[in-house]
Amino acid sequence: MTFEGILNIPPYSLDRTKKETLLTQRLTELTRLHRANCPEYDAMLKSIGFDESKISNYSEIPFLPVRLFKELELRSVPKEEVVKTMTSSGTTGQAVSKIYLDRVTSSNQQKVLVKIVSSFTGSGRMPMLIIDCPSVIKNRAMFSARGAGILGFSIFGSDRQYALNDDMQLDIETVEKFLEKHSGERILLFGFTFMIWQHFYRELVRLRDETGKTFDLSNGILIHGGGWKKLVSEAVSQEQFKKCLTDVCGLHDVHDYYGMVEQTGSIYMQCECGHLHASIFSDVIIRDPYDFRVLQQGEKGIIQVVSTIPESYPGHSLLTEDEGILLGEDDCPCGRLGKYFTVTGRLQNAEIRGCSDTYAAKF
Amino acid sequence: MTNLEKYNSAFITTFEITEEQLAGLKYQDIEAWDSVGHMGLIAALEDAFDIMMDTDDIIDFNSYEKGKEILSKEEYGVKF
Repeated sequence: MTFEGILNIPPYSLDRTKKETLLTQRLTELTRLHRANCPEYDAMLKSIGFDESKISNYSEIPFLPVRLFKELELRSVPKEEVVKTMTSSGTTGQAVSKIYLDRVTSSNQQKVLVKIVSSFTGSGRMPMLIIDCPSVIKNRAMFSARGAGILGFSIFGSDRQYALNDDMQLDIETVEKFLEKHSGERILLFGFTFMIWQHFYRELVRLRDETGKTFDLSNGILIHGGGWKKLVSEAVSQEQFKKCLTDVCGLHDVHDYYGMVEQTGSIYMQCECGHLHASIFSDVIIRDPYDFRVLQQGEKGIIQVVSTIPESYPGHSLLTEDEGILLGEDDCPCGRLGKYFTVTGRLQNAEIRGCSDTYAAKF
Repeated sequence: MTNLEKYNSAFITTFEITEEQLAGLKYQDIEAWDSVGHMGLIAALEDAFDIMMDTDDIIDFNSYEKGKEILSKEEYGVKF
């Protein structure tokens, strides 16, 4: 099946059996493609005697640890075909992953993101308030994960406005004007979890308490991602985060997402029931941290992610440094098919990453 | 300004290029037409023609010529 064919399937419409067939076929093809075009990847698979023609399920395809992209330059296309290099977020002094994208992979990332997100927001574009500062996307040669996230979501915005200035302060006048201009319309808000908490939510609370000024965002839909670590340490739970936003500005349509620069596009969106969902474009497999066997529903383990998108670098099957629990498959009350899960945190001794968390490490 | 002039002008101003560079120009042929530049171009065209493009059309818009084809579609009604 071509990737165009996969793109025509609604993102949450395949049950376990159908999705397994699709993923096994596509991921086996990608394994073959990367072996043929990335010598380092082929060498790794040879060293363990792996033969992709003998597998019956995509869970048998080897996974690379995400940090390998920091140590090796892994590409499956010639250098001349790379149009964009994306880097992971990292705190100062950390090595960053480098992900090499060609035209095809870069465009497929955007197409998949559109399919997934518009199944939550509807296909129309909306006025968009970005809870970040404009300088994030200024360095165009090197894309940080934070810039890539903002840019990827920008396609959903008709009139786009940054809510923070380059000192990360809420630009009250701009936000007021923007909300006035679009009063009565549905508004998309996008940002990273910690920035929203620190520079948006807290500032709105301060404004309300000190000046009585409030903003009405009851028409808004907020999509946020990038990690919870810092908020967990401040004892802010997901439920509290949502409740606080509802209390201060009426915002109640709030969706977290889980995603990473190594598999841009195929993100995991949180549904109305608070569960992260795998679309048909990707999947999660929870593994035992000691022997890597596949764990059952309800057991906590390391999250492996597979994605049907990566053609220009061998990142279609990766072991993250995040821990999570599979909550169920095909039976979420929201009606979406596929696995749903929760991310419980980072492995101990793992590096801090995530757009929200690396930024928060400065506080 | 004719529609073609408006269309060309969006490219020329957004990417800081000359009219001679337009024919055959493709997404990512020049440094300025990267993904950031692309969203800038779309915003400029939407302003110029007072339209709102679909996400699918924004993605398919991958060359100077393809863009004309997309804007000529019934829902945008731009005639060149």
